[in-house]
Order: sequence, then C-alpha cells, then structure tokens
Amino acid sequence: MTDQIASLVVERPRGLFGDAWHSLRRRPLFWVSVSLILLVVLMAVFPGLFTSGDPNLAQLSRSRGAPSSEAWFGYDNQGYDIYTRVVYGARASIVVGVLATLGVVLVGASVGMLAGFYGGWLDAVVSRIADVFVGVPFVLGAIVILTTLNASGDAGPVRIVAQVVLSISVLSWPVAMRIMRSTAIAAKQQDYVKAARALGASSARIIGKHMLPNCVAPVLVYSTIALGAFIGAEATLSYLGIGLRQPVVSWGVMINSAKDYLRVAPHALLFPAGFLTATVLAFVMLGDAVREALDPKLR
Amino acid sequence: MGRYVLRRLLQMVPVFVGTTFLIYALVWAVPGDPFEGKCGERDCPDAYVAMMRDRFNLDDPLLLQYWKYLVNLVQGDFGVTSSGVQVVDRIVTAFPVTLKLALVALLIEAVIGITAGVVSGLRNRGFLDSLVLVSTLFLISIPVFVTGYVVQLVFGLQLGWIAPTVTTPSFGNLIVPGFVLASLSMAYVARLSRASIAENRRADYVRTALAKGLPTRRVVGVHLLRNSLIPVITFLGTDLGAFLGGAIVTEGIFNVPGVGGLVFRSILTKDGAMVTGVVTVLVLVYLLMTLLVDLLYAVLDPRIRYD
Amino acid sequence: MSRARLVRAVPAVVAAALVATACGTADAPIGSNTEAGITIFNTEPENPLVPGNTTEVGGSRVLDPLFTGLVEYRAEDAQPVNAMAESIDTTDSKVFTVKVKQGWQFHDGSPVTAKSFVDAWNWTAYGPNATQGASFFSQIEGFDAVHPDDPDGADGPQEAPAPTAETLSGLEVVDDHTFTITLSEPFAVFPVTIGYEVFAPLPEAFFKDRKAFEETPIGNGPFKYVSRAVGTDIKLTRYDDYKGNDKPKFKDLTLKVYQSRESAYADLVSNNLDFMEELPPNALAGRQYETDLGERVVQRETLNNQTIAFPFYLKPYDNVDLRRAISMSINREEITQRIFEGSRKPADGWVHPLMKGYQAGQCGEYCTFNPDKAKAAFAKSGYTGEIVLLSNTDGGHQEWAEAVVNSIKNTLGVEARFVPSTSFGEFRQKVNGHEMTGMYRAGWIADYPSIENWLTPLFRTGASSNDGLYSNPAFDAKLAEADKAPSEEAAIKLYLEAERMLADDLPSIPLWTQNTIAGKSDRLKVAKLDPFRTLDLNSVEVA
Repeated sequence: MTDQIASLVVERPRGLFGDAWHSLRRRPLFWVSVSLILLVVLMAVFPGLFTSGDPNLAQLSRSRGAPSSEAWFGYDNQGYDIYTRVVYGARASIVVGVLATLGVVLVGASVGMLAGFYGGWLDAVVSRIADVFVGVPFVLGAIVILTTLNASGDAGPVRIVAQVVLSISVLSWPVAMRIMRSTAIAAKQQDYVKAARALGASSARIIGKHMLPNCVAPVLVYSTIALGAFIGAEATLSYLGIGLRQPVVSWGVMINSAKDYLRVAPHALLFPAGFLTATVLAFVMLGDAVREALDPKLR
Repeated sequence: MGRYVLRRLLQMVPVFVGTTFLIYALVWAVPGDPFEGKCGERDCPDAYVAMMRDRFNLDDPLLLQYWKYLVNLVQGDFGVTSSGVQVVDRIVTAFPVTLKLALVALLIEAVIGITAGVVSGLRNRGFLDSLVLVSTLFLISIPVFVTGYVVQLVFGLQLGWIAPTVTTPSFGNLIVPGFVLASLSMAYVARLSRASIAENRRADYVRTALAKGLPTRRVVGVHLLRNSLIPVITFLGTDLGAFLGGAIVTEGIFNVPGVGGLVFRSILTKDGAMVTGVVTVLVLVYLLMTLLVDLLYAVLDPRIRYD
Repeated sequence: MSRARLVRAVPAVVAAALVATACGTADAPIGSNTEAGITIFNTEPENPLVPGNTTEVGGSRVLDPLFTGLVEYRAEDAQPVNAMAESIDTTDSKVFTVKVKQGWQFHDGSPVTAKSFVDAWNWTAYGPNATQGASFFSQIEGFDAVHPDDPDGADGPQEAPAPTAETLSGLEVVDDHTFTITLSEPFAVFPVTIGYEVFAPLPEAFFKDRKAFEETPIGNGPFKYVSRAVGTDIKLTRYDDYKGNDKPKFKDLTLKVYQSRESAYADLVSNNLDFMEELPPNALAGRQYETDLGERVVQRETLNNQTIAFPFYLKPYDNVDLRRAISMSINREEITQRIFEGSRKPADGWVHPLMKGYQAGQCGEYCTFNPDKAKAAFAKSGYTGEIVLLSNTDGGHQEWAEAVVNSIKNTLGVEARFVPSTSFGEFRQKVNGHEMTGMYRAGWIADYPSIENWLTPLFRTGASSNDGLYSNPAFDAKLAEADKAPSEEAAIKLYLEAERMLADDLPSIPLWTQNTIAGKSDRLKVAKLDPFRTLDLNSVEVA
C-alpha cells in the first residue's frame, strides 16, 4: 500500500495522491497501522522468523496449559502451542483477506467502470445482476454457498481456502462495483473526459489513461477497509464451522476450536482473537487515514 | 413519483427471480441426497427416500423444479418441509420475532450512534472526538460472535444481570441481543453522523444562520442536524433490511426463535424448502426496504426528485 | 448429530409399582408437587409425529411419553419388561403369541386391542407409505411382499416394484387381545427388540384421518398431547386414566425447542430449564458444569459407544497389522480424561458393559495403548503412507477425532490426518455408498438392549449396518448358532465367543463408552437418566 502511494508520489508530486501522502506522513495512526500490517505480513510470509515450533505438533498431556516462559501464549485443548499457531495462522487469514479483496476489487471495479462509462443496457443488466447478489444477506449467502461446496468432503488446503475466498468475493463484488460505477458516472461528466473524447481518444484510452487514475481513490479506500472486514468475515465463517478448517490453520479456526473452552482456557481464544482484532483494526485505521487524506473536505 | 415507483417495482422482478433461483439451485443442487441422514445411524428405507425425492420434484431437471416451485410461490404456496410443516407457518411465527429484534437493534444503533456522532462531530479533534473515533474503530474490528459470547458470559452467567438466553421474545428481553446485533452498525452510524456534521458545520447555511444571530442551540438542533442526518437515516433504513436477514450469529447465541436461527438450522438439516422459503421472504423485504429508503431520501432531501 | 434411535423414557418400574398398588392410590411421594409442570430440552422434530415414521431424537422425545408399547425397558438396567403385553410366548423362537392387556384405552377413549398393534405394524412396514421405520419389520414373515426392494436404489430411475401384499403374512389377529407373530427365521431375542417406539400401537383415528392425527397425535401412553407451537415447544399433560405402572408424579410436560445446546445450558444454569440430557462441550470443558450446577448434575452410564470402523474395500485398511498398530497407538485413557473430562470410559470390547452377559477385556491387548507393540505391528504391516480418519463434526466429534489422529501421529511417527465432514447426512451417505477414503467414525446406540445388537447388525456379512463390508464366515456361523440357541444363557455364551473372534480381526476399533452427564433444575427433587440417554420421566419428582 505504501509503496503504491509512494510511487504515485514520484510520478505526480502535486496530484491528489501527493497531497494525501503529505498529510498521511504526519499522522501517527497511519504509521501505527502500517507497522502493524507489516508485522502481520512478515509473519504470514516468514513464520519461521518468529517461531521455531511446529504448528501441527499436539501433545494431549500439555492440554490447556497456561502461558509460561516455555509457551508464551500457553497451549490449547489439543495441546498445540498457541503462539506457534497464531504465527502460522496469520498466513491463511491474510491470504483469504488479500485474495478476496483482490477478487472483489478487480471484478467489481472493472465491471463498475464499464457500467458507469457505457451506461445504457449494459449498466441496467449489470446493476440487476449486482442486485441479485446484494439481495442475499452476506452470512446467509456464504453459509449456503459453503455448505454446497463443502459437501464433497475430503478437500486439500488450497481448495478450502479457495472456497472461502470465492464465497466472500461472489457476495461482495457488487459493493465495489457500485462505488466504481457512481465514481465513473461522475467522472464522465468532467471536462477532461469530454476534452479527451473531443480529441478523438478511444474508449479504451479514456478509461485506462484518464478515468481510472481519477476514479481509483474511493475504491482504494474501500478495499483497505474491506481487507480488514474480510479477515473478520473469514473468522465468522470459520466460527460457524463452515469456513476454513483442518488442516488449514487460521485465527478463525483457532477461535472456533477454543470457543467451547472460553471459561477454562480463555487464553486459547483471547490470543487469536486479539491478533484478529488488531489486524482488522490496522486495516480499518489505514483505510480511515487514507480516506481522510484523500478527501480534502475532511482535512 | 408514481412512474418511478412502478419502474422500480418492475426492475425488482428479475432481481427477485435471479436471487431465488440462485438460492434454490445452491440448496437443492447439493451433491448427495438430502434425505439420507434422516434415519439415524441406519440407512433410510429406499421407499422413504423415493417418496421424498418425489415430493420435492428432485428427479426433474433443475429448471423445471424451480419453475414448479416458482408457480406455487406466486400462488402463495411456500411448500411443506420434510417434517410436514407448512413453511409459511414457520415464517409467520419466526418473522415477527426477528422484526422485533431488528427494531430494538435499530433503536439502540440510532440513539447511541447518532448521539456519539453528533457530540464528536461538534467537538472536532477534542478528547470526546478521539474517544468516539477509537472506540468505534474497535467496535468495527471485533467480530459479532466475540461480542455476543463475552456479553452472555459476563452479564448473563457471571454477573447474573440478564437472562443468558431469550425465553420469551418481548422487547425487554431483546435489548441485550439487540445491543450485540447493533454494535457494529452503531460504530458506522457514529462515524457517518460525525463526518456529516463536521462537513455541514462549515456549510454556508450554518454560517448564515449563525450570522443572523440565531442561538447556537437552534442552529444545531434545527438546521445542522436536519441536513446532516439525511445520509444517516438512509443508512439506518438499509441496515434494517440487513438486520432482518443477518442475525444468524446473534440469534444463535441468545436462542432467539427468529428467522436467522430457523434458516441456519434448516441449512444444516438440509431442509431445502424452508431455506428457499425464508430467503425468498428476506429478499422481498430487502428489495422493498431499498425502495422505501430511496423514496425516503427524496422526501427528506428536497434537492432530489424522481421523475 | 447424535440421534438416539432407541429412546425409551417410560420404563415400567416393577418395584415402585408394587408399593403403589399396595395402598391403591396414585404414587404421590411425600412433599412433591404432583400438579406441577416441568420443561425439558428438545430439538425440533424432523418428521411428522407418527411413531413408525420418526427415528430421530427430537421426535422420539415427544412420542415416547405419548405411547406405551408391548415391552418397555427398565430404567435401571435396560432389561425389557412387559408393558402392554400380558405375555409373549414362543416354543421355537419363530412363532410368538402375544397377549395384550385388557382395559387399556387410547387418549380418545377407543380401546387398545391386538388389532391396534397389527394394523400399526402393517402400516409402517407397507412400502408405499414410505416410513422411516419400515426396516425394523424386516424379520417378520412376508416383509418382502409388502416392501419390495428398489432395484437400483432410491435415486435410480427405476421405480420400486409394486408390493404384492398389503399386510405382513406373519401377523395374525387371533382375538381382540391376542395376535401371533411369525418370523421368517428363528430369532431368540425378538421379544427384546419390540420395545422400540416404531412398534407402538395406533388408534382407529389414525387410519381414518392421518393428517388430523399428525396434528394432534393420539397415543396410549402416560401423557397425552396438548398443543404444539412449531419451532418453539410442544406441550403434553398427564393422562389420568392411564393403566400402566409408570404414572408420572407431575402434571404438565413442556418440550422446549432450543437452537443450540449452549443456549439451553445457559437456561439450565439459571433454572429456566428443568432438564437437559447432554450438556454441551463448553459445559464439560474443564468440568465447568460442576461449578455451575453443583448438586444438580445427573449422570449415568448409557448404552452407546464410539468406534473407528475400517473400510475393508479400501487399501491399506484391509491389513490386519495396520489395524492393530492403529488401535494400540490410541491413548484412550488420556483422551477420555483430557478431551471428555472423564465423561467417557475406555472400551475393552464391542459389547456394551451394561449388557446382560457382558464380559470385560474381550478385545484384549489390541485395545490397550502400547506404543512399542504398536510400532512393531506398524513395521510388520509394511505400510508407510498417510492414515486418514473421517468423521462428521456436527455432533461434537471434532475434538476427539483430532486427538485420536494426533495420538496415532505421535506414536507411530506417521502422517495422520483428520478429514471433517460438516453434516451427518453427507457423512452417512458416503458411508452407505462405500465411498470412504479412510477409516471413519462409527457410533452405535443399541436398537434394543441385547448383546446380539452389538454384533449382528454391525459385523455379520451383508448386515444392515456392516458398512465397512467386513466378512468372516466363522463369525457368521457362530452368530447363526447363537440365534438358534435354545435359551438366552446359551445364546449369550455363543455371542461372547463370536465377540472374541472379532479381537483377532479388529473390524473396528472400540474407543469408549459414554457416561452421560445431564443436569436438572433446583425445582426437581429427583430426575434420573435412563440407559438410552433420556430423562426417565417416571423418576421425576417436583419439589
């Protein structure tokens, strides 16, 4: 995220993003959230840096052991080391969040851009299709999709993650699409688009060169916040027992298996829940900061 | 206005058909037989499975099945579950409970959210403002099931202040589940009204009102609030639609006998008739809610006219 | 989803009845409120309320108090005692003569006669009625004629052939209160099997108007039906003209529907619910229930077990050394203590300890945790690949299945994996279809309390629940010999010999039996569990 913004700064030092970067640099919340996110991403990519333990080693004899110098976060009901699993669990949570966001933004934004730019019957059809997916309540829709997909039983980790990503994306893309569509409709009326058109630029060029850079800000803000929300959604679905599951380790899976033992081994739930909340918080904070920086009215 | 409403209603038809078909296909096209697990650890007799397949037209092609379902649906027949209960009866008993819960949640969300938002919006960058900003961030970040469990555990079981589950769904009993359900949206409402107030505070009409010597109380109460709350109210309207269908987790934790629990159990027991029936109702409610919100918008904001 | 199939809640308690009849009044214990009402836990019935058509637990809890069958099972030891039957006699274990007690009535006032039973059984067994309980009548002569097999299974395109008869030829009404049952094969323990509720009698009213009956069931049991709020509760009340010995000592019974055990437990703790039979995992965790309930905990050993079954159609699980290695690498003691908090007891054989004739240690060393021997057997098996365990997770099976897999992994040093399946239905379907990709969970709840029920349906070649396709001719022969044994004692001896044969083959791994932990409210002075994991309504006394 920062790289992206930074590179934009180099290109157009006085543009919207340049201004935003200037204002962001001075906000402590921004730096807090960025460092939190970097830490979690580091965990997801190189879990070995943080722990030498094996996340899949369970010894029942140490079941529900309290946090100690040996095991910083204690052991869970099966005797897994919670610290090791929290570190390794970051990967699945982040992967689900990032992939779902990518799916939602890529599909939603491109469809929304086309619908907004061309209007007419294309817009009508796309908007109705979007209505179909928005009309189903999120949790309900995800449960129905996932129970159908889960029915085939024995699934490898890749498939389990893909199912969750797919169901989140399928139910959320209309939001990104609507944001992009309304931005595109507004941008279409702007003078610079009219000028480009008058100069004979092709539709593809207008969309790619002129409208996209100017319309990306609202979706960018949305995607940062959505990334956090999707990580939370993964946890909710795993909590209901239909999202991620063994052999995948994620914070949601850990919370699901610890929820029954909340009263006797609260640490087994609180540590993954804490990491989950902190990560979601970091993304929401970042989104908040970027939004304020991008929106001159709020400065 | 009338034409606009008519057009919107017409637009709803394909959306309604699309959504119900989507759910119908997902629920009934599940690989495997929905009636296999109904007889305990022993196999169901073939005759039983065959009768059930016949009752739900499972041997027809999917489109034909759906068509039959839709024709019945239009005539007001939601069908019968595998236990021989009319789907419509269950919906009629469960829906008012969920509606109550949604209204309670909406009230809590509106009162607390708007108050917090207005206060922090008026005191831009003060201590209260920061407090609201940080606490709403936390509320947004904590999943609902964590809030629900913690509230039930602490207030219900350890302190004993509330009944841990809802025995009779009266408004009083629904306050705690309503609070849990509302917690996330409450944060959004607070932030939305804060942003809206902060934006409008610098608007020309506020400056004019102040300049012509109106008391601050009146400027804030009449001019500022009225204009700032338009987006908030539309948000609340859409949220009501979301509450009606999205309370699965909350209803489960507090055993509220509403639509969310009904639909979740029906999915797990593969009671397809019930799932499609409930979703159909939810989609209808949602579509009507969005239409209502859009109309409300026009009523509240004179700048918007539908023609 | 643990569905008790045999769920009896109205046992005839002989001793208590003697005391009661001595003074000639209803047994009103001193200091109890006999006019009180109680509320107990239930799940939403999944089928119409007809005895022959309900085999899951939510419906059984309602139908049990409503009906009294020929035989009921005693709450103390699950032994069958005559309830509506005056006598059940046989000379050859093939033809049984049943005398029904006189003077009993259904709740609508019509008499209970031999015909009530015969008609009900015929209706349930008749193929086109498509009942869930039909298969329970398969031992009666003429079953194939009323319930022909679908040649290509239920989802196949072919329809099942039309039945050639409407009634079972093995059932014959002799007079108003006598009928005979002829089986297609001799079966010594048959009278024990008919305590299950699918064998309940049905009144005339049912055959006249089935729809009305499903809305207002009419039984002959100690409770009669009052009302039902679908999705919320079902209300029953004491039937005052009840002739049986198991008259309840309270008046109203409300079966309240809960969406989850967790929320029901919360109500139980705060005394809003009077009884629930199986506490949820979050209550069992760390023996939390002891702190929450104190004196209100009710527990007893119940008639169900948990095993891991092997698919004999799949390599490498047909390898006996591998099966032994797996069995000996599971630390049952530790898992029952850590995961189940002592609410399970390690099993040492296939027959349940509560059964008449049970003998300890039938499985021998193969059911004992022994890392060294396990490793040796594993080496001998020559298998080095991955071991897979499958189970549904909607009945609280996730935790122990994971622990078992970890135990195998840590002991044998082999890759072992648990594959969850979210719904019981899907899981059952794959088990039935012989599509298992590894060994799998197989729980068993007795259909009827007989040693035979723990062996025949599960391990005999081609038996109804022999889903792993185990086959051992010597074992089959031993069972056949036992079925024809002249006396129960002789039969038990032969069944035990058959069980002994299983130890060498290990067609399934016995894991543990259950010690069910239930809870009651402060209001209930007495509330006991019966061996079938349900509340013994006859024991309930309200303060």
